[in-house]
Amino acid sequence: MGNFRKTSPLLLVLTALVTLYIVVPILVSVKAGLVNNYSSGLESGLTLRWLEQVWEVYGGTVRWSLALASLCVLGNLLIGVPCAYALARSSSRAARLFEELMTLPVAVPGLATALALILTFGTMRDFRQSYAFILVGHMVFTMPFMVRIVSAAFQRDELLTLEEAARSLGASFAQRFLGVLVPAVLPAIVAGSLTVFTLSVGEFNLTWMLHTPLTRTLPVGLVDSYTAMRIEVGSAYTLIFLLVIVPVLWGLQALGTLFIRYHGT
Amino acid sequence: MAFFAAFWLLPVLQLLVLPASKGWSAYFAVLTNARYLQSLLQTLSLSLTVTLVTLVLGAAVGITLARQRFAGRQLLLSILTLPLSFPGVIIGFFMILLGGRQGPVADLSEWLGQGRITFAYGMTGLFLAYVYFSLPRAIATYTAAASAMNPHLEEAARSLGASRWRVARDVWLLELAPTTLACGAIVFATAMGAFGTAFTLSSKFEVLPITIYNEFTNYANFALAASLSIALGLITWLVLWASGRATGPAAAGT
Repeated sequence: MGNFRKTSPLLLVLTALVTLYIVVPILVSVKAGLVNNYSSGLESGLTLRWLEQVWEVYGGTVRWSLALASLCVLGNLLIGVPCAYALARSSSRAARLFEELMTLPVAVPGLATALALILTFGTMRDFRQSYAFILVGHMVFTMPFMVRIVSAAFQRDELLTLEEAARSLGASFAQRFLGVLVPAVLPAIVAGSLTVFTLSVGEFNLTWMLHTPLTRTLPVGLVDSYTAMRIEVGSAYTLIFLLVIVPVLWGLQALGTLFIRYHGT
Repeated sequence: MAFFAAFWLLPVLQLLVLPASKGWSAYFAVLTNARYLQSLLQTLSLSLTVTLVTLVLGAAVGITLARQRFAGRQLLLSILTLPLSFPGVIIGFFMILLGGRQGPVADLSEWLGQGRITFAYGMTGLFLAYVYFSLPRAIATYTAAASAMNPHLEEAARSLGASRWRVARDVWLLELAPTTLACGAIVFATAMGAFGTAFTLSSKFEVLPITIYNEFTNYANFALAASLSIALGLITWLVLWASGRATGPAAAGT
């Protein structure tokens, strides 16, 4: 194959430039989190003290973000998956309308959704001041993704036949749903869960409005450190995001791929 | 479904009717008030430019990655798509690091005798940050789409004597058109609603999400914030809806 010669040099140069554009800021940020003084650079010596300081002050936000994302996935499994099934099986106009409505939280900016939530529930103080408030926001934002992915899988024709067969053999609804349908769409559920987890961990637009000083997630903490702390602390915090969250996401992704391959039908 | 109704439909309906308490004109504040209109126009033009630049760069890199076979190609792709999981606030911070007062760009420009150039807090910083934010998604999409392109079409065009530019224009552009439309709509909608990046940069270049935030928190002007949110939501939703219509239901919102 003469593929190599066919690509114009212009494309190669552009690719190289884009790569630099993506990589350089990451490297600069990693370096800034590890040096004593950002302005004097490497000459000021390397240190881990910024990392330690961040972990002391903001360690909780990392744990809360991971916990919230997990709960968000769980909630989506409990509510989103049945909802996807209902939408896939119903052909009524109301169902189509509801489907259309469900795409809205994706299109409407998070800021607007957050405003709406605060205006409606802001007066319930205990709810407003708990992590549950943020969880609800994240669920509203992520559920459309889960529902769309899983609902598409539920609509496959052979599933209808399978379900029919199970029904004629006398399986109850619970047996059919958990024993036949859910295993059949498992890859879609796994893919949806991964999407939900990633979105929840990185969510800021909603969370910034919904959070209180006592309920903070990782991105909220990041902004706090960017505005209130030394540039080195902000960098160290970013480094912690890279060191903790990115491997977690990659690990989950790899697990999901493995799982789908193993279970793949 | 009840959950969705209680926590999304109900609040949003409330948001929708809120401006009515200030009279019908409140709904059109974004068009009638010069400051909000300017903010809207700034957001629109910024998002459009970002979308165009992202699409061109994303397509170029995607096509290259899809056709070149070289060692480390997969690694390069995963590096380029790494920022997919970054929250927008981190990218805002990157711009402060690079283009802020202590940044290497300022050092460089001072060394060149131009004074300390800072670009982080203006339109340039916001533009660069938004492009950074959306590029990984565009690259991933275009790489997948370009891998699926039919090589025979290009082969045929070449053997008929088409120049490189003609191949790019007649073959690539056409084959990648659905991807471009869908991806462009997403990039545009994301740029319109992006709040974290602009918030981190506390930009002098005011975009609509920041305007909404200021109205809400600093001036406690709830009805106005609601009205502006409606305008913003309407625009992004319309763009996504139109692109979904044009490319068919399968590609909608992906």
